[in-house]
Amino acid sequence: MIEIKDISFTYPTGVEALKDVSLTIGDGEFVAIMGQNGAGKTTLVKHFNGLLKPAKGEVLVDGVSTRDVSVAKLARKVGFVFQNPDHQLFSETVEEEIAFALRNFGFDEATIEKRVTWALNLLDLTEYRKTSPFMLSGGERKRVALASVLAWDPTVVILDEPTIGQDHRQKENLRQFIVQLNGQGKTVVVVTHDVEFVAECNPRVVLMTGGQTVADGEAKKILTDTTLTLAASIVPPQITQIFLGLTDLGLPFDVINVSEAKKILLEYLEGANH
Amino acid sequence: MSVFEGFRFRHVTSPIHRLDPRVKFLYVLMMFVVAILFTQFLPLLVLFFLQLPFVLVAGVKKEWLRSLRGAVFLVTMIFVFNFVFGYFYRTHTGAALLEFSLAMSLRFLVLVESFSIFFLTTSPDHLSLALEQSHVPYEFTFAFTTAVRFVPVLAEEAQTIMDAQKTRGLELERGNFLKRVRNYIPILIPLIVSAIRRSLELAEAMESRAWGATDKRTNLYVLRMKAGDFVLIALSILLLAVGVYVHYFVSIPSLSQFLPPLPF
Repeated sequence: MIEIKDISFTYPTGVEALKDVSLTIGDGEFVAIMGQNGAGKTTLVKHFNGLLKPAKGEVLVDGVSTRDVSVAKLARKVGFVFQNPDHQLFSETVEEEIAFALRNFGFDEATIEKRVTWALNLLDLTEYRKTSPFMLSGGERKRVALASVLAWDPTVVILDEPTIGQDHRQKENLRQFIVQLNGQGKTVVVVTHDVEFVAECNPRVVLMTGGQTVADGEAKKILTDTTLTLAASIVPPQITQIFLGLTDLGLPFDVINVSEAKKILLEYLEGANH
Repeated sequence: MSVFEGFRFRHVTSPIHRLDPRVKFLYVLMMFVVAILFTQFLPLLVLFFLQLPFVLVAGVKKEWLRSLRGAVFLVTMIFVFNFVFGYFYRTHTGAALLEFSLAMSLRFLVLVESFSIFFLTTSPDHLSLALEQSHVPYEFTFAFTTAVRFVPVLAEEAQTIMDAQKTRGLELERGNFLKRVRNYIPILIPLIVSAIRRSLELAEAMESRAWGATDKRTNLYVLRMKAGDFVLIALSILLLAVGVYVHYFVSIPSLSQFLPPLPF
């Protein structure tokens, strides 16, 4: 469980990135942190594993303050996948890349071998085992970065902008993968401004603007609230926009799921025919 | 990254900031020559304090102190090497050896000090203007200003990479000396790869914006010397003249006259 108690943070440049933010993320939850550029999303999640320490307030990970333990210790519990995989890849082979963190955490060689094979298989990278990560495509590098974090089996996984630069198919794979992770009981935190992606995942949404949380609740409630989305400079999902324009037909407006939308529309048309 | 901070320009104005960069460079050059002239402690100490008014007038005391702090490691190395080798090769003995080692360290500090003043009070734009107007080929000017401009970008990137590797359990401060050096490999490789990638992208962006299309470029701003600049030129020449005079015609008191005989 991650408890954020009334934290504020100001960068050395003087930018006040977080103002009195409080938030609790329970075990096994799936949370999307949304908001426009500079809203403080990344700054907030960097507090979850102690990369940043709050100037005011406190962050507790399973009851332990992030001030009292090193990032490397916290990382064992809280895995963080950075936005740009090029900021972490350095090994000669994909296999070595994934084993790096496992060695740092002191796993024995037999376990490392087992975990690496498992992670490669999980992200469909087995054929690249002996390939240099620098020879892979952007999407594949992103998967290697993800595998290198999942390999040590952290209980919380934070993904910073996982959908950037991914095509539709990759995004769908990623979505299924995240849902599956969450289904296995992992806490998943996604930082994103990809509304369509969030709409299809339907997680708990925390909306941020100007370093403060402005809304916290079901994706369905928040993404269909035009006052909120306008304030946070995000556009409601396309399917919601259609339903917002169809309210005069007596249809509900809080629809974010395409298959749900299809069902409602078909029912409406059936009703109209009879 | 705090070492870079000591040389990083900030947009403030002061009489020193408004001086022509070419003149400031002349001053740095003169300071350089005079500092190299002397191997004694006292004149170098004078040179060190002579520059303090510049720092105070320019209002860059905090940044300047930081650049000196960044130099402490190298200064210590210079002192140790001079002392150890001077001792074994018997170039100096006793208090003279101590004075020589101290003087060499202080000379380095004087050089760092003058360069720090130069870079802290000269905007990269001004610097490139000065280079262009001194008929340095534009290719070199551009390469130089680009390098200066990318230092903070690179510093920020290094920070992100360090964060990324820390979250993968890397502990930079762990292990013996060799292990600690090796700890930096996961940081240096992504940093170098991304710097190369960035420079290729920059080259492409420049080509697509017609870089080098005309031989003769014109500038919106042109540097002109003002009264203050001529004063600094006069001061710099005076500094050199006095330095040369003292070097050849004045006997400089040495520290050994004030110290009891030392056992080395």
